[in-house]
Amino acid sequence: MTRTDPTDVPRPDARLHFGVFFQGVNHWTIWSDPSSGSQIDPASFLRVARTAERGLFDAFFLGDGLRLRESEGGIHELDVAGRPDSITQLSALAAGTDRIGLVSTSNTTYNEPGDLARRLAGLDLLSGGRAGWNVVTTHNAWTGENFRRGGYLDHADRYRRAEEFLSVARAVWDGWAEGAVAGSAEARSWSVPGAVGHVRSRGAQFDVDLAPTLPRSAQGHPVIFQAGDSGEGRDFAARNADVIFSAHGTEFDDALAFAEDVRGRLRAVGRPEDALRILPGTEIIIGATEKEAEEKERWVRLEQVTPAVALGIASRLWGFDLSGRDADGPLPAEDPVVAAYTGTFGTRSVKDPGAVVAEWRARAEANGWSLRETVIELGPQRGHVGTPAGLAEKFARFARHGAVDGFNISPYLVPDGLDDIVDLLVPELQERGVYRTAYTGTTLREHLGLAPVE
Amino acid sequence: MPRPALHLAVELDGDGAHPAAWRRAAHAPGELLTPRRLTRTAAAAENAGFTLVTLDDSILPPASGTDPVGRIGAVERAAFVAASTSVLGVAPVLATTYAEPFHVSSQLASLDHVSAGRAGWVVGVEDDPAAARAWGRPLVEGDGALAREAHDGLRVVRDLWDSWEDDAVIRSVATSRYLDRKRLHSIDFAGETYSVKGPSIVPRPPQGRPVVLARAGLVPAGLTDVALVGGPTAGETAAAAGTAAAAGAPLAFAEIEVALDTPREAAGERIADLERYAPWAGRSDRLRYTGSADGLVALLAELAGKVDGVRLLPLVLDEDLSVLSRLVLPELFVRRLATRPLPGSTLRTSLGLPRPVSRFAAGPAADADATAALVREETR
Repeated sequence: MTRTDPTDVPRPDARLHFGVFFQGVNHWTIWSDPSSGSQIDPASFLRVARTAERGLFDAFFLGDGLRLRESEGGIHELDVAGRPDSITQLSALAAGTDRIGLVSTSNTTYNEPGDLARRLAGLDLLSGGRAGWNVVTTHNAWTGENFRRGGYLDHADRYRRAEEFLSVARAVWDGWAEGAVAGSAEARSWSVPGAVGHVRSRGAQFDVDLAPTLPRSAQGHPVIFQAGDSGEGRDFAARNADVIFSAHGTEFDDALAFAEDVRGRLRAVGRPEDALRILPGTEIIIGATEKEAEEKERWVRLEQVTPAVALGIASRLWGFDLSGRDADGPLPAEDPVVAAYTGTFGTRSVKDPGAVVAEWRARAEANGWSLRETVIELGPQRGHVGTPAGLAEKFARFARHGAVDGFNISPYLVPDGLDDIVDLLVPELQERGVYRTAYTGTTLREHLGLAPVE
Repeated sequence: MPRPALHLAVELDGDGAHPAAWRRAAHAPGELLTPRRLTRTAAAAENAGFTLVTLDDSILPPASGTDPVGRIGAVERAAFVAASTSVLGVAPVLATTYAEPFHVSSQLASLDHVSAGRAGWVVGVEDDPAAARAWGRPLVEGDGALAREAHDGLRVVRDLWDSWEDDAVIRSVATSRYLDRKRLHSIDFAGETYSVKGPSIVPRPPQGRPVVLARAGLVPAGLTDVALVGGPTAGETAAAAGTAAAAGAPLAFAEIEVALDTPREAAGERIADLERYAPWAGRSDRLRYTGSADGLVALLAELAGKVDGVRLLPLVLDEDLSVLSRLVLPELFVRRLATRPLPGSTLRTSLGLPRPVSRFAAGPAADADATAALVREETR
């Protein structure tokens, strides 16, 4: 295998940053396998976080979701579901880990900035400066039914609220001057007079007036992550985030185009191009040989997309209930029904189901695929499959050409799914000089190589 | 016949119950807000043999002026403490005055999961108008409205804990079903000021429901597990426990502020030292004990059999926790006035409380009975 000449690339010194996403709710985490563990037992979380730490990962991520998904008139039964409150879970992990970043996905629509900023600051202090916040928004009234706030937010307001939320949160995190607390018990007061500020914010979304109760952590502020892929979301990230997630990390050209787009948006808002780390979400399937890796991928896909899951996905595309059909037979003959988006599955509606179904039919016919095979083949691209050396070579190219800064890895098995990545892939990456061989800092901000907070 | 043993709880917030306790702490003031200090204090409480620690909280600073104005959120501290201890129960204060009950329920259920069944909840109230401004929410004003928000919040939180039956995760490979949707329930709470749909996003906690502690009278006694009671004297405290029990509280704990003689200084001198900076404002619904370790053992012996447990609020944690640990708790254990929690126990088990069945799992008839009982309790 020929290696890339590391000097003939835009970023010869690039280093990959890995995160691990402990997905709470999804059908990609295989639960049917005997080696699959609990999705709620603290031991599972600790095992994944410690494995990631052994592999010198930057961060451990938890997702958010404030209402259980529904399908066909009831709670959706087929997927892994049930997750902890992320800041609570991560505060426990802060006690059981030393270096890895702890990133909470927390919603700005159904939280209040004074409260959430304080919780995140607490996590940041308890972890010695390892907290991150993946900022997500929602506006749907369906989620709002779980909150006293209700579904009060207009779609257009969700990013406005998020942005104002962040600015209040930053003010809370900056509330205490350096050295705000007395050095000894003999001081006249516990805090130095005037060193603890007050946050007053009166905007379109918030009217708050509070005294921050915490100093800055070792990293200044929690690291801000953002995952929206729309133009609105990318602009929000360009203005506000330290790290952007994306679904653009499987194909090199697609990843590079996304990265170029993000860098253009950064330039447009006057931020340096390296102010934002790009970490696409991915799944990594490893085999000792290419053939073994492909066989493993086949197994993974069939476990992920069971006949029932395939019919569920097809039902959402067709717009009516297809359960009971034969997933291993041909695609349904009926035309799709354009259903109004209800938001109940936590996914966007398919914009033009007719066109998608026509495409599915053409591809299935040309390849002789069953419905289930079609769902597997034409579903979202899930990631990378190969040998440790082959994957390391590929990832080095992605990083050195500026297509990604790393990956946020979703293991298909919990809690053991990270083991072969840490044991087999990481050493290959280290050998190629694109992955750290030791943590050089103690904070998440340092792991990511981000500029200190001013 | 031996009297039932007392359950022992201790409040670990800040540097102690006195607002100026930080002046006698064994660490630099800023060290209060570090994981190292929290770990050390929790380990001391666990090693001493306490069954439960409570952690006070508010969005507002714990004090003002010359006293501490810093505090990490109680849920975050509790989760951290849970992960660094093994048998200690952990109960943060959380108020549903302004917080979203859906989040409160998830946080406490998650605390129970990360602690393998050692979570409690001290139901709080945010009665300072500054809290409304800090939350950015309309002011909840007056005893009636504050009680309503506490009560409604508690109902929602409990129902959300029950909204997953214990066996809702079925992992049926044959049918491809991870969950059985019939064992997940909307709670459809509709109160005076808001409604909540459910079910929870967190599977049912290991204890079914984390242990609920509340000051007597704040919420219906039948909705709680432990009433926190007190009075200016031991007799009045015992009477308050009796009242709570009659109202339907399964257990009543006396709250006792304690300042103990240390090897170097008498309790009175220690208080006088701190009173130079700030008064130790009394609360009429809390007993206060000042004096020797023996005297505290005698007081607790007097209360044993009249209350089910005590929640101690030490003057200065770094000083009083050490005396409690070396002189008071060992004597209580020797005299079988109290017991240490057994390894592997949930907090409910340690407290002798049954593990509740989800009210949605009990079947329609049992559910109707439970609702009727609840209505009786709440209208008492």
